Amino acid sequence: MKNNVYITNSTTYRQDFAIIAGWVGFGSKVLDLGCGDGELLTYLRTSLEIKGYGVEKDDTNWLACLQNGTNVIQMDLEDGLSGFENQSFDTVVLSQTLQAMHNTEEIVKEMLRVGREVIVTFPNFGYWRNRVQIASGGHMPVSKDLPYQWYDTPNVHLCTINDFDKFCNNYKISVIERKVITDGIEVSFMPNLLGNLAMYRLKAS
Amino acid sequence: MSENSLNSVGIVAPQTAHFSEPLTLKNGEVLPQFDLVYETYGTLNASKSNAVLICHALSGNHHAAGKYAETDKNAGWWDNLIGPNKALDTNKFFVIGLNNLAGCHGSSGPSSINPESKKPYGASFPIVTVEDWVNSQARLLDYLGIKTLAAVIGGSLGGMQALQWTIAYPDRVKHALVIASAPNLTAQNMAFNEVARQAIITDPEFYEGDYYAHSAVPRRGLRIARMLGHITYLSDDAMGEKFGRKVKDKIKYSFDVEFEMESYLRYQGDKFAGEFDANTYLRMTRALDYYDPALEFGGDLTAALSKVKAQFLVVSFTSDWRFSPDRSREIVKALLDNELTVSYAEVTALHGHDAFLMPDAHYHTILRSYLQKIEIQ
Repeated sequence: MKNNVYITNSTTYRQDFAIIAGWVGFGSKVLDLGCGDGELLTYLRTSLEIKGYGVEKDDTNWLACLQNGTNVIQMDLEDGLSGFENQSFDTVVLSQTLQAMHNTEEIVKEMLRVGREVIVTFPNFGYWRNRVQIASGGHMPVSKDLPYQWYDTPNVHLCTINDFDKFCNNYKISVIERKVITDGIEVSFMPNLLGNLAMYRLKAS
Repeated sequence: MSENSLNSVGIVAPQTAHFSEPLTLKNGEVLPQFDLVYETYGTLNASKSNAVLICHALSGNHHAAGKYAETDKNAGWWDNLIGPNKALDTNKFFVIGLNNLAGCHGSSGPSSINPESKKPYGASFPIVTVEDWVNSQARLLDYLGIKTLAAVIGGSLGGMQALQWTIAYPDRVKHALVIASAPNLTAQNMAFNEVARQAIITDPEFYEGDYYAHSAVPRRGLRIARMLGHITYLSDDAMGEKFGRKVKDKIKYSFDVEFEMESYLRYQGDKFAGEFDANTYLRMTRALDYYDPALEFGGDLTAALSKVKAQFLVVSFTSDWRFSPDRSREIVKALLDNELTVSYAEVTALHGHDAFLMPDAHYHTILRSYLQKIEIQ
């Protein structure tokens, strides 16, 4: 797996952060899974004075967190969250990492166990540009948001907004709020076609 | 000249602190008086806020850095970490290393002279615990006029002391670096200690622990104990890489040294048996066995750490099977449950438990980065 901070290469991350900040309470306790170099937690710490912890597997990212003052636990998310107590965080975040998880159901279940609320963001595979690449060229989409070839991608579980809605429905997960953005602008019309980053605020129902 | 010798703390000298106030031990016994031998590196600042205590492991002592003479073959046991501009920077910190009670390097212990009887304590020296060590270390800080430690740092059994510091003296320690350690030993881990002790105790030269009076040394037992220890401190892969099945000379079909590995173990065992005290070894392994801060909380480590205030760095090594990453994660979980400030690194390393003493670049960068961020008022 590549050691990139973000497995997609979105330029919309600030928007992404701002929306997440809107869903996180002031001074709350936040766990960021696959926290990269700790950028989101640093942002939330500065803007909302949260008590934040990150989980990161990669040595370089882990060290960057330590150096910028982010509490960081080195572990592999694929092993689950057994090191975290039930309902011990206000919010658990999985930012643009869901699509790279092998055990997708398990991690979502674990997040809902550990967090009172869960934020999941992922690149929407139903975005029209992805559809055009498949329909016109007959190739797997490669873009700035999904910069990998089919054979070297860490993104093993790409999904569309419709797919994720169905997933939440199947697993009885409540969607408190959903936002879809494209290039930093919120999309409300035909989001599964026009949105490239899906953001969900969830809780167990 | 290596980078290490350029950044050395240089020539150091041990000092001895005498304590005439009795120390009540966990087992109920009282040490009426005791000595602690210690070394310091760097300078204590005016506010006495830059002190870092080094807690040693099973066979360690106060000589953590520098040399006693230019001609010394080896520097202190953690010299790769401690010195000017090293990861534990003596330009910033005042570093204290000490020899724990029951040690055999100058602090009061079985082989030292009991001031009352004028004879070696021998078997009469009490069985001390991690808790007793930390209490005696607090006395040393009082003696040095230090109220609060900027950090306490230790690996293995030393990590247990670092953890115990945060439990017993929550207001006296700002940061704890707990490396390759555990919140207690597993049955398997204690079993190794028991075999080591049996090797010593059943040595005919042991004389129930009073071998000094018989001018004897239970060398065989101590040698076997140490050989066993060395096997458990290394990973299978590390032993494979270091020795493999390499034959020393050529196979002789005998019980002499045939393989390189045997040569290494015998050398380490002989060397140790010639310089360490068997009674100390017995007590150090017992301190490991007994340590279990969660015990009086019904096994709940989270509850045991409920009064802790320190910030933590917890480090484990992937190939360490004697103090496995799982055990460090138990500590991390209990700290997280208490909403304490903690970071945890699982360092990919080949060398097993011994990795905590190795100058691995990533490992040392972790310690350096953490220590650099500690603010000294």
